[in-house]
Amino acid sequence: MIDLVLIGLTRFLVGAHSRWTGSEPVEKQRIYFANHGSHLDTLLLWSALPKELRATTHPAAAADYWGQGALKRLIAQKGLNAVLIDRSGSSAPGEALEPLRKTLTEGHSLILFPEGTRSANRLPGPFKSGLYRLAKEFPNAELIPVYLDNPARAMPKGAILPLPIICSAHFGPALAYVENEEKEAFLLRAQAAVSALAPPALEALTS
Amino acid sequence: MTLLQKSLILFGIVVAILALASAIGTWLARKTKSESGVATVENLNARIKAWWGMIAIFAACYALGFTATVLLFALTSFYTLREFISLTPTQRADHAPLVLAFYVLLPLQYWLVWSDWYGLFAILIPVYGFLLLPSLSSLQGDPVNFLLRVSRIQWAVMLTVYCISHAPALILLQIPGYEGQGFLLLFFLTAVVQFSDVMQYVFGKLMGKTKLAPVISPSKTVEGLVGGGLSAMALGAALFWITPFSPLAAAAMAGLIVIAGFLGGLSLSAVKRSMGAKDWGTMVQGHGGVLDRMDSVSFAAPLFFHLTRFFYTV
Repeated sequence: MIDLVLIGLTRFLVGAHSRWTGSEPVEKQRIYFANHGSHLDTLLLWSALPKELRATTHPAAAADYWGQGALKRLIAQKGLNAVLIDRSGSSAPGEALEPLRKTLTEGHSLILFPEGTRSANRLPGPFKSGLYRLAKEFPNAELIPVYLDNPARAMPKGAILPLPIICSAHFGPALAYVENEEKEAFLLRAQAAVSALAPPALEALTS
Repeated sequence: MTLLQKSLILFGIVVAILALASAIGTWLARKTKSESGVATVENLNARIKAWWGMIAIFAACYALGFTATVLLFALTSFYTLREFISLTPTQRADHAPLVLAFYVLLPLQYWLVWSDWYGLFAILIPVYGFLLLPSLSSLQGDPVNFLLRVSRIQWAVMLTVYCISHAPALILLQIPGYEGQGFLLLFFLTAVVQFSDVMQYVFGKLMGKTKLAPVISPSKTVEGLVGGGLSAMALGAALFWITPFSPLAAAAMAGLIVIAGFLGGLSLSAVKRSMGAKDWGTMVQGHGGVLDRMDSVSFAAPLFFHLTRFFYTV
């Protein structure tokens, strides 16, 4: 019920269109990883997925944002099936990923924002290592890059109200497996896979 | 005749014409073989389907009353403004003026239509919006391309909110001897605009040779404009009995609606092209975005409103 209200609102405001190229919206275990520029990102990617996939897909959400306050917690846990993760850095390395491992062990899919924090740029910044670890530990999960177009314009950092600006999620082909790949190389490749899905930028203001 | 009688006759005629159009479309789809022909017929059939949707919405509005009609146009303004802003490269500092546009000016403008407060309806956006949008923007402290950014937002709000809101406002015009029939004026405007659009397309396809504005809108031709315009004027004259106009005046009004609509389409094509896009969106199947269907109406509605108000109200 909450999820339908959320999705209805998100689609009314920002459209949440999805485009699949090189992969299909099918029920497989996956880790969707996307660029992160707005608090709308989780809702947008979630609303862009078909209903069958949403049932077994869990966004990883920062506990310091989505865990704050009753309303946000309700939206995150009851509406989005989110897995709350601690990004304070106080836990031992890799320990923060524990809730995500649990979800993947159950055979479910994840939505990750590997930049870890919202960036103001059109293309994603450097990825954190969580994606690499999970990819190594769960080689059967397909890694699907996603580029989220426009949410940072609809709801930039610091904004209270989201604007009705059409946003879309561009899903790309699964990241190929490369034997014995170094962490840095893998993360760069994943970052480039997301950037490659970005549609051309709107005409520059000065032109 | 009463409003109800006129409306029922009109509705019957429109359904008959659309049924005929659907039949022709189905027949053409079976008969046409060439690749470009198939594409044209597909486009035509998608348009006919969208018109069925429009007439259904129109009938629902008529049945549900004035409030529903105002809400429908408010929603139209919302979607067209959303399409316009989505194609506009806005910056962080534009967030506050855009919040004002979407969440204050748009609902307020339609509330003014609904409550029949003409004085403020006419000046809310050209005066208060005009001054408030740059004020809010300047408070954000980003001077880069300030004038360009502010004008884009002002233009979008004028076009998609102010201009389009004149269509439902037609219902409120107080014309002696025509009380309570304003809904038919809205129908007259919509019918003439849509008919002119399709006849321009048909005449352009059949005998279009002289391009009017090859760079801005390659499909617009002199032959299409003249043929479509004359057909729409004939339709306008034929519809005089649902308006307060004489047959001649109805044809003249239809002519002005055609010219305004044509210039609206051309201006918005130029805007789209300046933004590097072909359509405003993908919401209406066969029609691009909502603004692709509303471009003519947005220019024709204020003109038709004010001419009717000037010549026919007391």
